[in-house]
Amino acid sequence: MSLLFILFFPLVIGAILLVAKPKQAFAISLIASIIELVATILVLKDAATAENGLVFTKPWIEEAGISFSLWVDGVNGILIGLCALMVPFIVATTANSDKANNSQYQGLMLAMQTALMGAFLAKDAFLFYFFFEASLLPIYFLAAIYGGENKNAITFKFFVYTLFGSLFLLIGLIYVYLVTPGSHSSDIETLYQTATMLPERIQGNLFLAFFIAFAIKMPIFPFHTWQPDTYTVAPTQATMLLSGIMLKMGTYGLIRLVLPMFPLGIITWGNTAIILSVIGIIYGSVIAIQQKDAKRLLAYSSFAHVGLMSAGILSQSLEGIQGALYQMLSHGINIVGLFFIIEIIERRTKSREIAQLGGITQYSYVLTVAFVILSLGSVALPLTNGFIGEFLLLKSVFDHDMIIGIVAGISIILGAVYTLRLIQKTMFGNFSRITKDFEDLSAAEKWVLIPLCAFVILGGVYPTWILNFTEPGVQALVSLLK
Amino acid sequence: MSLLLLIPLLPLIGFAINGLAYPKLSKSIAGIVGTIPPLVAFVISLQLFLNFDGQTQIIQLADWIKVADLSIPFAFQIDALSIMMLLVITGVGTLIHLYSMGYMAHDAGFGKFFSFLNLFIFFMLILVLGANFTVLFIGWEGVGLCSYLLIGFWNQKNSYGDAARKAFIMNRIGDLGFLVGIFLLIQEFGTTDYQTIFSTIKDGTEVGNIGLIAFCLFIGAMGKSAQIPLFTWLPDAMAGPTPVSALIHAATMVTAGIYMVIRANALFELSPEVLHFVGWIGLATALLGAAIGLFQNDIKKVLAYSTVSQLGYMFMGLGASAYTASFFHVMTHAFFKALLFLGAGSVIHAMSDEQDIRKMGGLKSKMPITYLTFLLGTIAISGIPPFAGFFSKDEILAALYHHDFAMWCLAILGSALTSFYMFRVFILTFWGDFRGTEKQAHHLHESPWSMTIPLIILAVFSVGGGLINLPHFAGGNEFLAHWLAPILPEPHEVGEVSFFSLEMGAPLVAAFLPAIFAIYYFGIQKAVPGNDESVQGIQKVIYRKFYIDEIYDFVFVRPIQVLSTFFAQVIDFLVIDLIVEGVGKTVKTASDEIRKAQTGNVGYYIFMMVLSIALILVLTLRSRIL
Repeated sequence: MSLLFILFFPLVIGAILLVAKPKQAFAISLIASIIELVATILVLKDAATAENGLVFTKPWIEEAGISFSLWVDGVNGILIGLCALMVPFIVATTANSDKANNSQYQGLMLAMQTALMGAFLAKDAFLFYFFFEASLLPIYFLAAIYGGENKNAITFKFFVYTLFGSLFLLIGLIYVYLVTPGSHSSDIETLYQTATMLPERIQGNLFLAFFIAFAIKMPIFPFHTWQPDTYTVAPTQATMLLSGIMLKMGTYGLIRLVLPMFPLGIITWGNTAIILSVIGIIYGSVIAIQQKDAKRLLAYSSFAHVGLMSAGILSQSLEGIQGALYQMLSHGINIVGLFFIIEIIERRTKSREIAQLGGITQYSYVLTVAFVILSLGSVALPLTNGFIGEFLLLKSVFDHDMIIGIVAGISIILGAVYTLRLIQKTMFGNFSRITKDFEDLSAAEKWVLIPLCAFVILGGVYPTWILNFTEPGVQALVSLLK
Repeated sequence: MSLLLLIPLLPLIGFAINGLAYPKLSKSIAGIVGTIPPLVAFVISLQLFLNFDGQTQIIQLADWIKVADLSIPFAFQIDALSIMMLLVITGVGTLIHLYSMGYMAHDAGFGKFFSFLNLFIFFMLILVLGANFTVLFIGWEGVGLCSYLLIGFWNQKNSYGDAARKAFIMNRIGDLGFLVGIFLLIQEFGTTDYQTIFSTIKDGTEVGNIGLIAFCLFIGAMGKSAQIPLFTWLPDAMAGPTPVSALIHAATMVTAGIYMVIRANALFELSPEVLHFVGWIGLATALLGAAIGLFQNDIKKVLAYSTVSQLGYMFMGLGASAYTASFFHVMTHAFFKALLFLGAGSVIHAMSDEQDIRKMGGLKSKMPITYLTFLLGTIAISGIPPFAGFFSKDEILAALYHHDFAMWCLAILGSALTSFYMFRVFILTFWGDFRGTEKQAHHLHESPWSMTIPLIILAVFSVGGGLINLPHFAGGNEFLAHWLAPILPEPHEVGEVSFFSLEMGAPLVAAFLPAIFAIYYFGIQKAVPGNDESVQGIQKVIYRKFYIDEIYDFVFVRPIQVLSTFFAQVIDFLVIDLIVEGVGKTVKTASDEIRKAQTGNVGYYIFMMVLSIALILVLTLRSRIL
């Protein structure tokens, strides 16, 4: 029951917001997301103590063996936690803006949370697919209604592209589903057993179908061209949802479905997929170096980061998967914080053009400190959350293949190049016409940034409790791969 | 043990107080809050030193990264090497904090400055206290961060920000090497713990990749300790406030690479090729740094290139397996180079931020304490006996003499260059007539006591620092060599040398002759370097630092920028996106075909339905774009 609650509670409140259009949309949305967070923490606490995690199953389409089943274990627990943790912050970033009491905006964000939670919670593959697709709707409306310049063309492209990708996933899922014994079942664990029995050639094709769907979602080179435009044009909260949480559906899909289902497929295609992921790391980082728009720069940085997660996952080691899960959490925190900082700057100066900014530190010490701390997390400095994930990921990729590992490692240099440039050009140097008399942070803005910075440090100093939480689940998953 | 934890903890607390309370805390309180932590840490370190029983002590604090079989704990190691480093860091650190109270007194960012300094001390202490390579790496990258923050301390100036970024990025290049070294260590040993790794090696267990590991770790050292080819950040780092140059870019952080190699000497000893490489890189860097130093006119730049050069000497020593000698030089260099930088800071302070030695001169009478202490530092670094630098450098040279004669000859040449450029900068600054403006002349003054006391103390150590490892021929008992012996390989027996041998005589000639020449040329002839345009030929090439920055810019920076634009505008926009749009078009054609094939198959209909949605959207997209 508790799983049902954390799944549908945001949607219920979101629907109320959308239909009733109350005046206090911000307060309702914030409180709802905090309740959701508390409920999720309780669920995770239960899951940590339960022997095999938590499971909830209700038959759905009984004849077809499709059930409405949810579960929580070490693998998805961290993503559910990420989703529940970040939404209150994302809601809070609308404080004092024109979107704060826009009930439609708030309602769509909460609806989005349910879709994301659903994808992470689903134990049935079709249920996963349903939420995977359903999440497109709220995010599409957020971007298409509230986006910036040229929003229609860009959000349509995003929509069609990802829909196109999911098609492969659907076809692949149906294929495996039809092979399952008896009256068929789409339970993920049943699919594991069925798919691993398939011959190598078929597993290879299925791997490609799944990988393309997830590669578009993350995105992985060369399936990324929708991403920078969409991240840039979408309203900040939608960008946060996309980069902070939604892209993790892709990496989660790799871990949850691709690895355990197609071990033979990985033998054929795994290395290619790793190489594409690593190309994306370097490619995205190099492009980020010259970006003029701060938001676009962060979009490319996110593209680079997710490439490493993907490569680490596909290297199939315990360290790689643990590192990827940890990095999903860290990246979610860091990128939401960084997008918020750009939004703060944009609200005051009406610009995201790096060349037009500068000298902001003279007016806001706290903003500078937060920007630096979040950036350090992003460039994976030891004792920040980013280091733990990237260390394990790089090590795993390095163990898989020395040369690929070193190439992937170049990202720690390039990451420093574009991140430090971004900080210097926005915060340091002389103030410009538009940054002169920059208004210092409001209390609400500090309430978002300071906890996020605390997470960056905490996650870097004391990662054990999360690593311990995920280890049994990941261990079980890795044992399937052998 | 609990006292020991205070050593890194106190600076961290100091950092937190000054960082959180900035800018509300008054300067005097901020200064005290910042200076007490390193001072108390020094006292505790001293006590640790005095009570040390020779036993290596490991302190397990907590788990840090623990995944599967890999376990990396927060753990500290107390042994002969880390105790010595603790003394240098907290000792010199305290003096520089004290000095900064005077030097930064007029700066608006006073509290922030002290909080960064404390953070630096914290990370530096973690670096030397760590009981495994990964904890060392925390400190390693952490000091790089502080270096970045402090070089760019006056961040309003864009060129300072550029210098800070350059330092961080060049260090990161080295850090990647170091990280790869860590990964290899984990592959081979399953751990990064010093004790496990070194005892495995000592047991004679066959382990692969040792040479590669040592090489990767040394790449890290090249970045941190500014060796060819990763040295160009250090001269630029002089953009930071002068106490920072003294503490981070002379006395402590830049010697981290030497510390690391000494720490990992067991690995390096098994890889003679890598040690050979280390030695030659050190030699090349020592000569290059000294050569560039000859013609620089910025007092801090001269000292910066001198640091690059002296670090090269330390690596030369390591290359010859003379670990004690190199560490001895780390210590004496910390004294006299910190002294010289702080002296330069005192001069710059008095000269209202003028750094060009061509506009100085005759400061002797106006600032007697700075003058005298700077003179002592100059003598010490030039290798004139019986000052500290003589003994430490001589030990490195002696090791080289028995290791590789060609290297020794070149090292003597470098030594001669050192003596010349140091006396040049000293004479141009303090002797002769004042060449600055009327206003500067009026403003000239000796610095306050908070600045002169550290100068005096460091001068005492620059003079007497040789006592730490005074050789037998000078009546000493080689304290440092005995102290470090437990963690080092058996030293090669060099034998006694006489004062009248080539081995002994050449370094003395190399120290005295150039000094006399410099005194004659700049002191008696009163020569002053001309302005920048008058420099010609080879001298210009050296003055412009062999155009290395320009070459790096041309070979690395610009191509990456071009590549960046190329990726974004050609590959992304023209190639990949065109294919994506092409697929969109194909879907359209294909769906037209499928429509003709009304098979009655439900699966087809579902497929088509989804495709059609896609199609509608594509069409809308088209119409909106066109």
